[in-house]
Amino acid sequence: MNANVGIVIVSHSPDVARGTADMVRQMVGDEVPLAWCGGNPDGGLGTSVPDIMDAIGRAWSEAGVAVLVDLGGAETNSEMAIEMLDDERRGRVVLCNAPIVEGAVMAATEASAGSTLDEVRRTAEELKPA
Amino acid sequence: MNGQVNGSILMRHEVGLHARPSVKLTKLAKSFRSRIDLGLSPDGPWIDAKSIVKVMAAKAPRNTVLHFRAEGEDAGAAVEALVGLVERDFDDGD
Repeated sequence: MNANVGIVIVSHSPDVARGTADMVRQMVGDEVPLAWCGGNPDGGLGTSVPDIMDAIGRAWSEAGVAVLVDLGGAETNSEMAIEMLDDERRGRVVLCNAPIVEGAVMAATEASAGSTLDEVRRTAEELKPA
Repeated sequence: MNGQVNGSILMRHEVGLHARPSVKLTKLAKSFRSRIDLGLSPDGPWIDAKSIVKVMAAKAPRNTVLHFRAEGEDAGAAVEALVGLVERDFDDGD
């Protein structure tokens, strides 16, 4: 199976999350496990802990999963989702402190080369506004 | 065999070394074991061609000559492949 680090994109807006995932697929390719979530069941903006946990499961890789988020609740809900994972998986999921779109592309590029979870996170976080 | 291999190529790609070309270049560089540097002049400064963040930050415009410098067991193949990618316009026409 895929040994590359997986990427999860969590946005309040399903359109932003889906669009970011499209950019990753088109710019980097499909050698990286990728999942996204965003929006609430009524079609509005929001993020939910179960949806994030589900996305982490879909993008799961034994090498770990890097999570990219947008604002506030996306971050706290992602932290909560990571907390609620099995012991075995919890230590292999990291939240990246990086802009969601740029960070996702950078992280996926790094992950596509078979880099470790820590290298993937560092590459995403290395990005600074010009 | 750990000699240094150099190569250079004029980049004609319309938008220069922007996001998609940078990703392709970095991904290709990462597929080799050698240390590979990218420079926008023959004397550097050199940046790590395997760092997507640094390659993108170089913002090399169209008609820049890209210089590659590789060191390691597959240095020759690496430089050849990278020069080829730029020569083919990053395979962007497909």
